[in-house]
Amino acid sequence: MDLKELYQEIILDHGKNPRNLGKFENFNKDAEGYNPLCGDKVHVYLKLNENKEIEDISFEGHGCAISMASASIMTELMKDKKNPEVKEILNDFLDMIKQSPELKSQLIKEDEKTKLMSLSGVKQYPMRVKCATIAWHALASAMDYKKDEDNSEKFI
Amino acid sequence: MSIKDIKKEFPIFNNKIQNNDLVYLDSANSSQKPQVVVDRIYDFYTKEFSNVGRSIHYLAVAATNLYENTRTLVQKYINAKDKNEIVFTKGATEAINLVANTFGQKYLNEGDEVLLTELEHHSNYVPWHYLRKSKGVKIKFAEMDENGDVTLETIEKNITNKTKIIAITHLSNVTGAILPVKEITKLAHSKNIPVLIDGCQGAPHLKLDMQDLDCDFYAISCHKMYGPTGLGILYAKKKWLEELPPYQGGGGMIREVKKEGITFGELPNKYEAGTMATAQVIAFGESIKFINKIGIENIEKHERELTVYGEEVLRKNNSVKLIGNPKDKGSVLSFTLDGVHPHDIATILDEDGVAIRAGHHCCQILHEKLGLSATARASLGVYNTKEDLDQLNESLNKCKKIFS
Repeated sequence: MDLKELYQEIILDHGKNPRNLGKFENFNKDAEGYNPLCGDKVHVYLKLNENKEIEDISFEGHGCAISMASASIMTELMKDKKNPEVKEILNDFLDMIKQSPELKSQLIKEDEKTKLMSLSGVKQYPMRVKCATIAWHALASAMDYKKDEDNSEKFI
Repeated sequence: MSIKDIKKEFPIFNNKIQNNDLVYLDSANSSQKPQVVVDRIYDFYTKEFSNVGRSIHYLAVAATNLYENTRTLVQKYINAKDKNEIVFTKGATEAINLVANTFGQKYLNEGDEVLLTELEHHSNYVPWHYLRKSKGVKIKFAEMDENGDVTLETIEKNITNKTKIIAITHLSNVTGAILPVKEITKLAHSKNIPVLIDGCQGAPHLKLDMQDLDCDFYAISCHKMYGPTGLGILYAKKKWLEELPPYQGGGGMIREVKKEGITFGELPNKYEAGTMATAQVIAFGESIKFINKIGIENIEKHERELTVYGEEVLRKNNSVKLIGNPKDKGSVLSFTLDGVHPHDIATILDEDGVAIRAGHHCCQILHEKLGLSATARASLGVYNTKEDLDQLNESLNKCKKIFS
């Protein structure tokens, strides 16, 4: 295990200065992700237009550097993305965090991949995987990909 | 016995954990096991195994005697009046569930109040919550003050003529507060209210005397007392165990079973349905002997010195904020570190072999009161040393550096 791999500069930066933090006024979708193990919460807010395009996205919450950085990077990435794309990226990210060595989706640009891959260090820390995925599960709920009680890891 | 010698009795410290010497600061969660306890489990299964209290062959009789020997050892350890006041359970959680369920069934009705404190572990709240659901029982929480204490006066203030039972922790697993349980019991008894004490953190660290304490119920977690997992103890005054209905039904707890009805067995069998955690009970006898060999007074003295030392070390570290400054503090050091979330602290400390706990420690009510979602906690056992706490501090400085 290597701490440097887990706490990369990009994670420390996003963890300390999360982007898109705070509720915005005219959101029309929202959902909360919760980690019962530690009590951490991440609430995701969306402004979704009639084409199911994310016009605006933000989050509120408290948690560790990993969960805050992951939420921050996710909100940056998902802005202006449309419905089927959002789902594809979401599944690709969760697959990478759990098992896949790389991100496969063509929808993610190279510099975005680098940012997301900075979170891959949690693979070596099974107890921390949930920290990296909490915001993504909240987004899945807000996009109506799953019901709150649904714990499935793949959204179809 | 010196601490160095005591530490040698715990085989876990002979091995490197991820290439580090283990600095184990998570004993409030579960303690490590001395060799004698591990050996006893092995010996029982390899040389002496049989089920207890049923068959009459040689092994069964011998195993039954060993099992009952532990009951006597526990009785003496906590100075209970009668050996049948000791009930084995699957954990302290089950011990509390047993009381909430049976006492609730018989004595609690709509509008009756159960008085807890804001310090309680979930296992001394959730079992009572079921009665709120099923019977309309009210649950009250005596408030924690800014030091992380719950005082006798606060308990008194919360008692009404509807209070039917008081269930409180002996030693908070977050703030370390040792509650004035004897005085609370005396006060409660003057109003005819029985008292349950959650002794999960009390029993491993403090000398116990049930007859002097006079509480009605006392729950113990064996794996926090250098014993095996899967085992707890409910101490209950004999009159309660006789008065209350049985908890679980099954083999071993009956007197006579007929199609038209059932009569139940004598104590302690009445509350020990099914095959019990036999090997664990027998091995736990060795845990008690191990503690007795060192002397619980010596353990308490050692841990109190370490707690004071740990507080001193952490107070000198400007980035650390200690949680809880109770009048009487047990071997728990909860804290936060500026700018670093407790989970990140725990992961970084782990890299140095320092094992702590991070999170809400099963005390969400308490953390809500603190306005924190999580804290970090270092907790002590007989094997800990000042060097362990120095290492803790050094590793905390490493956290600061990473996050600076």
